[in-house]
Amino acid sequence: MEQLLLDLFSKYPAGKKEGLIPILQEIQEEKGSLTGEILTAVAQHLELPVNKVYGVAAFYNQFLFRPHGAFHIQVCDGTGCHLGGSVSLLTAVEKFLKIKAGNTSRDGQFSLEAVPCMGACDQSPVISINGERYPRINEEELRKIIGVIKEKKV
Amino acid sequence: MTGSGTPKLTEFLVEKVVKNYSGIYDKSTAELLSRVRREKLSQPAIFIGMGSCGITAGADKTLKAVETYLTENKIKADIIKVGCMGLCSAEPLLDVQLPGKTRLSFANATAGKVDDLLNSVFHHTLPHDNILGQYRFHGHEEWPGITSLEELPFFGLQYRMVLKNTGIISPEDIHDYLARGGYKSLFKTVLNYTPEKVCEIVEQSELRGRAGGGYLTGRKWLVALETGSDQKYLICNADESDPGAYMDRTLLEGDPHRVIEGIAIAAYAIGAKKAYIYLRSDYKRAIVILRDAIRQARECGFLGENIFGSGFNLTVQISQGAGAFVCGEETALIASLEGGRGIPREKPPFPAEKGLLGRPTVVNNIETLANVPAILENGPAWFKAIGTKTSKGTKVICISGKGVRTGVVEVPMGTRLIDIVNTLAGGIKNGKQLKAVLLGGPSGVFVPPQDLETEIGFDTLQEIGAGIGIGGMVLLDEETCMVSLSKYFMEFLQKESCGKCIPCREGTKRMLEILEGITRRPREESSHETLERFKGVVQLENLAEVIRDTSLCGLGQNAPGPVLSSLKWFREEYEEHIFDRRCAAGVCHDLRTFFIDVDLCNGCNICQRKCPENAIIGTVKMPHFIIENKCTGCGICFDSCKFNAIYFK
Repeated sequence: MEQLLLDLFSKYPAGKKEGLIPILQEIQEEKGSLTGEILTAVAQHLELPVNKVYGVAAFYNQFLFRPHGAFHIQVCDGTGCHLGGSVSLLTAVEKFLKIKAGNTSRDGQFSLEAVPCMGACDQSPVISINGERYPRINEEELRKIIGVIKEKKV
Repeated sequence: MTGSGTPKLTEFLVEKVVKNYSGIYDKSTAELLSRVRREKLSQPAIFIGMGSCGITAGADKTLKAVETYLTENKIKADIIKVGCMGLCSAEPLLDVQLPGKTRLSFANATAGKVDDLLNSVFHHTLPHDNILGQYRFHGHEEWPGITSLEELPFFGLQYRMVLKNTGIISPEDIHDYLARGGYKSLFKTVLNYTPEKVCEIVEQSELRGRAGGGYLTGRKWLVALETGSDQKYLICNADESDPGAYMDRTLLEGDPHRVIEGIAIAAYAIGAKKAYIYLRSDYKRAIVILRDAIRQARECGFLGENIFGSGFNLTVQISQGAGAFVCGEETALIASLEGGRGIPREKPPFPAEKGLLGRPTVVNNIETLANVPAILENGPAWFKAIGTKTSKGTKVICISGKGVRTGVVEVPMGTRLIDIVNTLAGGIKNGKQLKAVLLGGPSGVFVPPQDLETEIGFDTLQEIGAGIGIGGMVLLDEETCMVSLSKYFMEFLQKESCGKCIPCREGTKRMLEILEGITRRPREESSHETLERFKGVVQLENLAEVIRDTSLCGLGQNAPGPVLSSLKWFREEYEEHIFDRRCAAGVCHDLRTFFIDVDLCNGCNICQRKCPENAIIGTVKMPHFIIENKCTGCGICFDSCKFNAIYFK
């Protein structure tokens, strides 16, 4: 078994259900997504049925079963940003990157997500690329930013 | 003054300030205190608002620019990272204080402006713009001709009790909080009061839960205290996922020790040895600051074993929410902490009797807990003097949307909504008219302008059918489409519904479908769909009432709020969408009607070729024309026209 899982299992005691979400969060943070094998291993450690573990992982927005792209673009669609025009911003990015919100591009470079609220409502609309935030953004600026990123593909 | 390198200072502050009941200090203590509080400076101090909102606006770049400026000009100065002082629309905020002078505050201090601003301050010439105001303080020489911050409309109406230190002190250094009387209440409480007495004091103060329910906090604590159990828990609910509100984050990033002190007092009052802070995992910065604050509090002996020698033990653990709106509900939150899906359960039994792992558990909102230290410090009578007859104290409110100023404010209960809109927010941006105010997040209620005379309070707002919720306030201007906005909230709630009870799971879905039907053109005029759509509209109000009355938890019960209130106040807008198929605001894309401006169209033929419905006719090099009956309003022609000849109504 992987070192990461072993470390986590020594940190969170076996059979204690309370550890489930923190364990999944740490794996998610480290690996970017969850897989069937990981869920099975976690279930065995916590002495839970795998379907329960899957149920929990599927319930929360934080857990993913497909990893994000190299550039993860989050467009805030909270109330403030919604009023500030985040919908047209989102459709513009969708068209530009040719992917729909919630998907990852085929080459694994870009993923796009509409998120409920980033808590920066005063500077709407806000987007975040790999955690870096861009406030009060418009379509044109966004195109430029993404254009720059496309150039320096990883 | 950094946190870890000064154990002597910590010891001194704990002995001389925290453990001093009277608040009267000898000369050397007073001298040291004024230095820790930065009232007396030996070198200039520069404060930068480094809350998440500040960083989004570019505060980290401002910080770098300040550092470069200081090294280049060989000026020695302290740089202090503070939280957000609430005026988020003016971020990044930069304050400069020279020894002996008042603290000056600059708005919109982006990295490019730093050199000019600091130059003018250090050369004692007044900078021309960007000045917000100055902090007036006795004994400090004032900058001439600059208004005091308290005189600004944004601060004049506020009563900052919970947010007293936010944006002023460093959240990363416990000394800042200690020097301002921090942890004194905890010391007084654990050594002088029995848990029963603490519950009594808090009940006497009539502090009510700030998360919307408005239950008396002291009474809730008493229930938990009186329920016998080997283990009890306290949970601080900071799972703030309302789109459009971020006061919890502001508080945690600006003054984390106030929250920790409140938690410690509450845990003592109910007899809990373990406390959880349930926090959104997206709030990375708040988590880092809070984790560090807990470590510092533990090192000082305010948390851990045998606190102040009283025999009271407490561990505080941060628990990160995994992103589910419903987990703001207390029983769902508990289910999530237990490692399950965040699904609420029926009450009673209330968590205060049977909560986390079957033990008595008190779930308090973070703002409620942040009120507690001040109540214990000044007594219940002092607290009761603030506010109205039935609602005591203050309320932290997050203003967002179309206001001139947006941000986080704290006002005494009883403040009129109209004053918040006009004075604090400064009216509506771009000289537009106010259409309505949304109170209480996605499951809140639209308040029309004629009801804005209402005072903030649990009961007064209930009279107009609204509630303060956790304190989100969204200002809407005349260009807002109420139907589209109600649909947006319904979409959010439908996604976040946990799926346990049928009214919420099925009802929100059906309501969303009806709203989608209203904001879309029918495929064919004569079809079955038109009839279905009309039937839906007739049922919308009934359905909303059933969901409100029969759902299990607050999410479902409040879900129809935006629809019901917009139907009540803006019914004509729904009618316009349904009968005229027109969205006056132009927000509902499917209802747009496109036209071609014959003067601008040069007949390039692109739109005609792109139109999927063949609704555009015309010959090359001649102006084209759109057949209205055939047009589905997809907007492809609008996007593809290179001459801006296509417009919509």
